[in-house]
Amino acid sequence: MKSAVITFPGSNCDRDMDVALKKFGFKNKMVWHQDVELPKSDLVVLPGGFSYGDYLRCGSMASKSKIMQSVINFANSGGMVMGICNGFQILVETGLVPGVLLRNKYLEFICKNVFVKINNKDNAYFRKISKNVLELHIAHNEGNYFCTNDQLKEIEDNTQVAINYCDPEGKIEEPFNPNGSIKNIAGIFNKEKNVLGMMPHPERMIDHSLSGEDGSHFFNNLINNLK
Amino acid sequence: MKISVVITLKKDVLDPQGKVIHQALDGMGFDDINEVRQGKYFEIDTKETDPKKAKDKVEEMCKKLLANLVIENYKIIDAQ
Repeated sequence: MKSAVITFPGSNCDRDMDVALKKFGFKNKMVWHQDVELPKSDLVVLPGGFSYGDYLRCGSMASKSKIMQSVINFANSGGMVMGICNGFQILVETGLVPGVLLRNKYLEFICKNVFVKINNKDNAYFRKISKNVLELHIAHNEGNYFCTNDQLKEIEDNTQVAINYCDPEGKIEEPFNPNGSIKNIAGIFNKEKNVLGMMPHPERMIDHSLSGEDGSHFFNNLINNLK
Repeated sequence: MKISVVITLKKDVLDPQGKVIHQALDGMGFDDINEVRQGKYFEIDTKETDPKKAKDKVEEMCKKLLANLVIENYKIIDAQ
């Protein structure tokens, strides 16, 4: 399976993602944001970080960079595109997934482990995953998911919510919402479910001695689904 | 020709920064404020000399990059 990770000026989780993808069997290529063409890939990842210093709005400048037109075309032709953290912010700015990510409700940069419940397994990202709740890491200042009421209705009607913040047992309630996101939303799909944007970082949870292994579950399952 | 643009958050969008500024002003004695909303201001100096055309271009810039229309409104202030 081939993957590509896009590096923007200010990306800082691109190499972590490279390590994670390779660990679970992907042949990964790093792609510079000024490149025009994507290498042949089964999965394209927009990594976390602070692309363009978060100027204007997080992800807004990166969403207009040269490579993104190819990423948008790839997504529109059914290719799998995953945006993590800043990558999620870039995805919403391209319009590939609906909504926006606002400043965290209590104006704090949040850096901690959270639990997320998988809301929809009928897609290539979570199909056959054995767990229902994953412990993952978040580190962001703008992760407060927001959309209009009409958009929310559409998202829910199309089962586009991928994961919600929850407690270790999977209870989705306000006290487990770290950043003020509507309905505890931590990640969403596009309508076709080939594009996934999420705030938590699975690539930070792939080593038992350093963190936890729920990211390993995610990547192992992902590559098996793509085979 | 210089054109100015003001971008503000839509009415229903939470503005925590505005809220904190409101509280700070309140603490400083400015206690008759109903609400503070924070926005962005741009000055665009364009080579276009026709005011109508320049305004149309800036409007396109607002829609495509300067504002995110899910949460923000834009207002083009003056062409001079």
